[in-house]
Amino acid sequence: MAREDYEVVMGLEVHAELSTKTKIFCSCPTKFGAKPNTQVCPICMAMPGTLPTLNEKVVEYAVKAGLATNCEISRNSKNDRKNYFYPDLPKAYQISQYDKPLCEHGYIEIETSKGKKKIGITRIHIEEDAGKLDHDDLGGGALVDLNRAGVPLIEIVSEPDFRSIEEVDSYLKKLKSILEYIEVSDCKMQEGSYRADVNTSIRPIGSQKLGTRTEMKNMNSFRSITRALEYEIGRQVEVLDNGGTVEQETRKWDEVSGKTFSMRDKENAEDYRYFPEPDLVAIKLSEEYIENIRKTLPEMPESRKQRYLNDYKLSEKDAGIITSSKYLSDLFEKAGEICGNYKAVNNWIISDISRILNETEMDPIEIPFDAKQLAKLVMLIDKGTISSSIGKKVLVELFKNPRDPEEIIKEKGWIQISDEGAIKDVVLKIIEANPQSVADYKGGKERALGFLVGQAMKETKGKANPQMLNKMFVEELKK
Amino acid sequence: MDITELTVHELQGKLKNKELTITQINEAYVNRIKEKEPEVQAFITELTDQGMKQAKQIQNKIDNGEKVGDLAGIPIGIKDIICTKGVKTTCASKMLENFIAPYDATVMEKINAEEMIDLGKLNMDEFAMGGSTEYSYFKKTRNPWDLSRVPGGSSGGSAAAVSANMVPWALGTDTGGSIRQPAALCGVVGLKPTYGLVSRYGLVAFASSLDQVGVFTKDVQDCAILLNVIAGHDEKDTTSVDVGSKDYTKSLQKDIKGLRIGVPKEFYGEGINPEVKSCLETAIAKYKEMGAEVEEFSLDIAKYALATYYIIACAEASSNLGRYDGIRYTYRSPEAKTLKEIYKKSRSEAFGAEVKRRIILGTYVLSSGYYDAYYKKAQQVRTLVMNEFNKAFEKYDVIITPTSPTTAFKLGSKSNNPMEMYLADICTVSVNIAGLPGISVPCGVDSEGMPIGMQIIGNKFCEETIIKTAYAYEQETKFREKYKPTFKK
Repeated sequence: MAREDYEVVMGLEVHAELSTKTKIFCSCPTKFGAKPNTQVCPICMAMPGTLPTLNEKVVEYAVKAGLATNCEISRNSKNDRKNYFYPDLPKAYQISQYDKPLCEHGYIEIETSKGKKKIGITRIHIEEDAGKLDHDDLGGGALVDLNRAGVPLIEIVSEPDFRSIEEVDSYLKKLKSILEYIEVSDCKMQEGSYRADVNTSIRPIGSQKLGTRTEMKNMNSFRSITRALEYEIGRQVEVLDNGGTVEQETRKWDEVSGKTFSMRDKENAEDYRYFPEPDLVAIKLSEEYIENIRKTLPEMPESRKQRYLNDYKLSEKDAGIITSSKYLSDLFEKAGEICGNYKAVNNWIISDISRILNETEMDPIEIPFDAKQLAKLVMLIDKGTISSSIGKKVLVELFKNPRDPEEIIKEKGWIQISDEGAIKDVVLKIIEANPQSVADYKGGKERALGFLVGQAMKETKGKANPQMLNKMFVEELKK
Repeated sequence: MDITELTVHELQGKLKNKELTITQINEAYVNRIKEKEPEVQAFITELTDQGMKQAKQIQNKIDNGEKVGDLAGIPIGIKDIICTKGVKTTCASKMLENFIAPYDATVMEKINAEEMIDLGKLNMDEFAMGGSTEYSYFKKTRNPWDLSRVPGGSSGGSAAAVSANMVPWALGTDTGGSIRQPAALCGVVGLKPTYGLVSRYGLVAFASSLDQVGVFTKDVQDCAILLNVIAGHDEKDTTSVDVGSKDYTKSLQKDIKGLRIGVPKEFYGEGINPEVKSCLETAIAKYKEMGAEVEEFSLDIAKYALATYYIIACAEASSNLGRYDGIRYTYRSPEAKTLKEIYKKSRSEAFGAEVKRRIILGTYVLSSGYYDAYYKKAQQVRTLVMNEFNKAFEKYDVIITPTSPTTAFKLGSKSNNPMEMYLADICTVSVNIAGLPGISVPCGVDSEGMPIGMQIIGNKFCEETIIKTAYAYEQETKFREKYKPTFKK
């Protein structure tokens, strides 16, 4: 059969690190990037005799995430132990949630080229992250860093509702933006604080029975997920077409070869021996507690988008791009408010800023400059202090070394020449140097004017005010 | 006067009258340890040198007129499963032979705040799994009443050390009877508080939903004094309960008229040694004489308690002991080359047979396909046991049973028969299953002169009632004045 004869069925388990100040079961800080084993204590190092105490903020953040994804919140929940051996798991069990997760039965609405669709959320539960193994190239061994052990996570499990890679991509971006909006996770994918396990299976179109699924774990870039799914779906089609069967297994995506490989460690046979965590009491939430959290939910992306369409007359597409990230959206609103020119801020974000983010694979939250600096850039152009082509250079400079754009243009000598005398000198110089073009223009070839203006811009290294140049050329050539 | 014969409240009296000094008291105990430890083998780590230093410092304070607490300078022994900062905490296991905790257990913080002097870490069954202290990796502790017999377990070192007057009192832990049973076998008082009364923070976990820290003392009054020190809510242990501060010494009253005593007939039947049974019957008759109302009743569910206990305790243990993986503070097999070998060889070489048995049992009952039949069912039975006790406590203030079905048995007589060893817990486990407080007080000796213990069980957080019940009996019968350990060989 051809690929079109199969239906793809996918489900996602997303792990997001919560941005609480302290770990889930002790008071160690959660900051990323500290020296190995400097953010640890007897509890997160699993010293004998230590006991966990549940960080209430973790429950609050998870409930917030549940409410923002239309989940039911359990009034009665508990923690469970998931037992397995690995050196990055010092207790030899992970405290997670098994049969009574905090949130259940929610959904997220996504938008693709085929329109809107609801993706079901099976559950959201809280758990602790494991530490990290640093493979020591010199000694050939591995070193354990427990800074991340006990960093709080929520696991968001979707229904197997995805039928295309586009839906997966859209869901992951939407979910990320929701978590950013409600400020429970910073979702820094490069730091691994937003990562997904992807389950994939295929079945002949029309079949009701699900095919055997494979799982790819800990994917932390949208691009890799799309590429990995392209490959994996193709692989499964090929297996079935050749009369084979897809094996239920964990497969690893290899970025370099662009292929997935079987892990072949029979992880599936692992029995985690879940049982209720006896060191922690049950989590009981009152109606009042849940309602109070509901009240703190901020304006969500849809509502912001609607506002942008109405108030700032942005296009549907632009408003969608900007509200897809809370950071971009905040940047838009703040910069717009300062400079008053929302349209221009929109254009900068949609075109140049988005392009640079794409090229450098940077997350919006990592944009180094602030709204004030972007607003200043817009204002300098609006005032005619610089041209928009100089503006683009200033933006690149803002990404490299963010500072006041006014300082940048002074330092670089990029201030626009708007002095009439100076402009006239340049115009006369260019006219004198290009008699042919002057003759062409006078002979009726309008296009020759463009060439002359271009030459003048070149002469001034782009600093001449283009409107004034144009006007001056026309005047001088009439003479 | 032999100082080490005195109870702590007697020592306090003599300190107040200046008949004794802190230095004298500690010297006496250090000498006693020197004398008796070779026979009894109760200590894993002796802290006598450091203890004497502390004693002198406290004595100096007193001599300089500084104010110190009522318990400052009083020696104590600590079961080697309670974490002590800077001192080895081995759990009597090769696995933790060189483990030094970087922090103090909450109970140790309380002991230290009183400026009490820890004279040593006491022997036990490995990871508190056993009923005779024979499963210690380091040594076999002897019963001071007869050195050819076991002291009971798992807190056998604590019981024997108090019984042999090597410390005036000690801390132990009780998961299925590990305080009460050795207290009974060694003729001392042992109290397991209600689950949640004492913080478990720093107690190396065996079975988290059953473990409790408790005390070994020479008499009930000391028991109340030491309970005052260690009881109380702890933020670091979310399963600990805030019941406000209580003074348990206020319960030391002799008048028990009208006390309602329930006697569950299932605890006096099959498997209970006839001498133990008749001794208990005499004790109960004594209570009647003293004005208590005694009634026999049926606690039928108790027969399921032992099986329930071994399923829950082993399940939790199999998970709790996973952290001893050869990676960090534990023993690591020198042979191990790969990660799998580190796990397999280290755990195979450093855990004793009983610990392995329980890990395997616990792993089995939690495994998929068996969870519902074993672990889940055990939790359901646990609820039934609690309900039955709740019903009983509507009618009775306390329940009285033997602490142990037999008196101390000979070393080696049960250590190769796990099932028989498990039966030693038959009278005590249901109390842990239901999370209740229980105290064992000596109530006589058998024909061979071995002590017999009486277990008094109370309702949750009713330590006052069982202390009062035990105290009244003790004052009436004066066991300590009649019987003493003989160190018979």
